[in-house]
Amino acid sequence: MTITDRTGTGEPLEPTGTGPGAGTDGSAVAGTDGSAVAGTAGSQAAGATGRQAEATTGSLTAGRTRWAIPKPGERGTAGTVLGYLGILVTVAVIMVPLYFILITSLKTRPDIYADPITWWPHPFAPENYLYVQQEVAFLSYLRNSVIITGTLVVVKVTLGVLTAYALAYLRFPGRNVLFIGVIASLMVPNQITVISNYALVADWGWRNSFQGIIVPLAGVAFGTFLMRNHFLSLPREIREAALMDGAGFFRTLFRVILPMSWPTVVAFTLITVVNEWNEYLWPFLMSDGAEVAPLPVGLTFLQNNEGLTNWGPVMAGTVLASLPILIVFLILQKQMIKGLTAGAVKG
Amino acid sequence: MSPTMLSPRTSGEPTEAVVPRRRPYAWSEIGLAAALVLPNVVLLALFTYRPLLDNIRLSFYHWNISSPRRTFIGVANYVEWFTARDTGTVVLNTLIFTVAAVLGSMVLGLAMALLLDQKLFGRGAVRSMVFAPFVISGAAIGVAFQFVFDPTFGLIQDLLGRLGIASPNFYQAPGWALFMVTVTYIWKNVGYVFVIYLAALQGRRAELDEAAEIDGTSAVRAFFRVILPQLRPTTFFLSVTVLLNSLQVFDIINVMTRGGPLGTGTTTMVFQVYQETFVNSRAGYGAAVATIMFLVVLAVTLVQVQLQDRQD
Repeated sequence: MTITDRTGTGEPLEPTGTGPGAGTDGSAVAGTDGSAVAGTAGSQAAGATGRQAEATTGSLTAGRTRWAIPKPGERGTAGTVLGYLGILVTVAVIMVPLYFILITSLKTRPDIYADPITWWPHPFAPENYLYVQQEVAFLSYLRNSVIITGTLVVVKVTLGVLTAYALAYLRFPGRNVLFIGVIASLMVPNQITVISNYALVADWGWRNSFQGIIVPLAGVAFGTFLMRNHFLSLPREIREAALMDGAGFFRTLFRVILPMSWPTVVAFTLITVVNEWNEYLWPFLMSDGAEVAPLPVGLTFLQNNEGLTNWGPVMAGTVLASLPILIVFLILQKQMIKGLTAGAVKG
Repeated sequence: MSPTMLSPRTSGEPTEAVVPRRRPYAWSEIGLAAALVLPNVVLLALFTYRPLLDNIRLSFYHWNISSPRRTFIGVANYVEWFTARDTGTVVLNTLIFTVAAVLGSMVLGLAMALLLDQKLFGRGAVRSMVFAPFVISGAAIGVAFQFVFDPTFGLIQDLLGRLGIASPNFYQAPGWALFMVTVTYIWKNVGYVFVIYLAALQGRRAELDEAAEIDGTSAVRAFFRVILPQLRPTTFFLSVTVLLNSLQVFDIINVMTRGGPLGTGTTTMVFQVYQETFVNSRAGYGAAVATIMFLVVLAVTLVQVQLQDRQD
């Protein structure tokens, strides 16, 4: 695999639409190895739209022909209409519930219980958002989430990179066994380890504390796997050259290896952010209230407080709990998806 | 630094060929490796492997998790589980949920990937939309979808009402409750299947598509003969990961139904582990269910490894 990140060249999963004429039919997501993307330049123009799209095949990633286009000129109406119908249905299925949740969070109580449902809040009731903070100390949950996620991300990325670096470049007895042991732990569901871990952590007096939530989650399996595979894909000569130039082990890591690895490190970091931000079961068992509980757990407390009677604030809480991670996703989706597809897709 | 890694091209020294392929371990290297690897390995050993084994031991006890006292009762927990009245329901719930979640998200995810692999205006934005729910927490989606499915004021009842259909009571009828959590799970997770399939579709060999196109193969035929066979490794990978993930769903079920209605309406094995251990204070029984569940996960994994070997 070349050092250049393939995903960087393709069309990302961006919220900006690419029209048929734009012709950057790139790879939104690429596998770990270069084989995932077949950059074939030769493609057949088919139909007016198709021809237009293929006109820019010289771009970074070439356009590809679709099987759905049987003969030139016939792409036309039927296929396109079906395609847009499909898009319409997809957008509706995903967006209508999200829109419904959002407007409910802005509705007054009588408006929420109107029949049939109203598609626009009248009047607007932003006070639901204030109520959430007053009722369940939402900012505390937000702070807890930031502390827990932040610490875990720093620890996990550090441990993952260091473990992977050792497993990739150092020779020591039991290296393969250790690697298999790390990977195999991915197969152990945490719902199974939870009973014994709960007893242990409670025994240490760590219940309802940040260390009680953080430490048991700090081991890194997936990231180690991801980083090790990446390190092994780097050209050996570069590291050799650095070492011969007299750079030490760590200097080589920080000055040579890591600068070549940022895309993978970023992908690893983002996946960790999403996973830890959304972690539910363990913090749910470990925390009793607003002192240490993260947002998803705080949301459950809010739901319990308001029950089935006061949906406005509950929906406002849901929106608040989801917004930070959605914003991170919208800004950095390309890198996040690279990490997810790494290891999953082979050519 | 390993001398075997030196290639003549980079160093260009004639002595290169004499370097042995294997050299003995260096103590300094072992020490460095230990310092780098041990923290992570200790954490995994302490919080993944230790409890995995400890869980088996605990399953032979009668134990209230908050008390230090435990009574050894042998295999009584297992006997109880296999003969309990609600075990059939729990296993069936787990099975229905898992199969529906796997099939539903695989079929929908592939359909969306095929659709959004086409050159269509706005597909970039739609791709983002499809994937977005995957990054939201299951707890938040569970809470929100409780209202979406609310039989009196929710979105679904309203849409059904417009079609002249009365909404089922998703909270009261066990079958509908299971349907509700399954749909919610698929809605949240289909983006993952979609993204992986889309990556695979974009990595497939374009020549085959072109050949099919030149031959004038119909779209349906091309899908089954050209595209689907190329996606086989991806389909296999996804079916296993989605299966393992859906077997372990806790957040959506806990938030939406708490395993109910009628006690076990949506109780899956994972939820039963939680319910018995932390609500009914029967940690030994919970550990027994967890052990059985682990054996299921292990079996699925081993079958996967076997199949994968055969495939390669």
